[in-house]
Amino acid sequence: MSTIEIEEVTVRLPTADEDLLVLDRTSLRLTERRVALIGPNGSGKSTLARLLNGLVTATTGRVVVDGLDVAKQGREVRRRVGFAFTDPAAQLVMPTAVEDVALSLRRLHKDKRERQRAALAVLDAYGLTGLGDRSVHSLSGGQRQLLALAGVLATDPSILVADEPTTLLDLGNSRRIADLLFSLEQQLVLVTHDLDLAARCDRALLVHDGRVVFDGPADEAVATYRAMA
Amino acid sequence: MSGALLGSYQPGGTWLHRLPASAKLWGLLVLGVVVVAVRGPVSTMLFLAGALGLVAWSGAGLRLFLGALRGILVVVVLLGAYQAWQHGWPRAVESVGDLVALVLLATVLTVTTRIDEVLDAITRGLHPFARLGVDPEKVALAFSLMLRAIPTTIEIADQTRDAAVARGLQRSLRARLTPVVIRVVAHARATGDALHARGIGDDA
Repeated sequence: MSTIEIEEVTVRLPTADEDLLVLDRTSLRLTERRVALIGPNGSGKSTLARLLNGLVTATTGRVVVDGLDVAKQGREVRRRVGFAFTDPAAQLVMPTAVEDVALSLRRLHKDKRERQRAALAVLDAYGLTGLGDRSVHSLSGGQRQLLALAGVLATDPSILVADEPTTLLDLGNSRRIADLLFSLEQQLVLVTHDLDLAARCDRALLVHDGRVVFDGPADEAVATYRAMA
Repeated sequence: MSGALLGSYQPGGTWLHRLPASAKLWGLLVLGVVVVAVRGPVSTMLFLAGALGLVAWSGAGLRLFLGALRGILVVVVLLGAYQAWQHGWPRAVESVGDLVALVLLATVLTVTTRIDEVLDAITRGLHPFARLGVDPEKVALAFSLMLRAIPTTIEIADQTRDAAVARGLQRSLRARLTPVVIRVVAHARATGDALHARGIGDDA
């Protein structure tokens, strides 16, 4: 399992008036296979997740993934850390499903035919058989999220960070995506408002006002959050 | 509608499908220049007939092409009306006809060619310019993102229009345009984040 180390990280974002403190002197060491980040909107949990892939840069402190400093070795880190967003529409950048997966595979497969075969195999593996030539616009919400995950997982990262991947989905698709996430070999860092989903994790962090206010077993974190709300 | 505009590959076995992407891109470039350079409504009608012939040949179905044309309907109407008013009907027929022919030709390219093949063709074509600092991979990706952005922008505009109508603000230009601009910029930022997260710029 990978090791994620967050060392005294503070994140401030510039605003019109003054810098906004989003995450305050946070230190963590994540080695569990499934880690949930829960908390209210605007609490800083997405910022915490985005630090792991270099999408957000720490104002002070540092983030280290498997010994690699995210700020200094971003390219290597991004090969290890896949990131799935809430809205797959922004993540799917190519017109058709197979082309989007193929885009992820350009680094691994230089030969076009080989890349095409590999992309189709990825679609098959994630239950998207037959949808390769479909426009990503014509896919259902669940299919789009599944495709977005397939595009990320195609390069076999060792960590998957998923930022509210089920928020926009109906119950059936939400379950489908959740089952997929929890069947993965990869280490999973899951930002979620679905407390049932969070409770299935090995560890959960409750984030509030830019601080981790509870860190421990998922069921206890969920109970603490419910008591707070 | 949004999914019908450019960038909708339709699998098929026609000669157009088998033609290399680079040949089709060059063909589109040359035809584009010729359509614009050769003046007169008669030549325009010939170009339109040729474009329609290629549409039929592509085997992709007329509905898809009508969808693409619907996306430029407002522009066609405004352009045609302006040209007819300022320069007369022959010029209006020429301007609108040329535009429609070019959109049809571009749509023939995208329905018969995978974007992946287009990217590869552009990348190969730009390799000689790498010495001058041009990054072929980035140019090819930008081309693809542009194609992908068109239906997304139309989808956002459709949603914003519906929201304005639902609030009884269908006549408010501000209610119909401001959210589109904000959401398109937000989408562009989110797409940038997604590309960054996927490490795509790292390899280019």
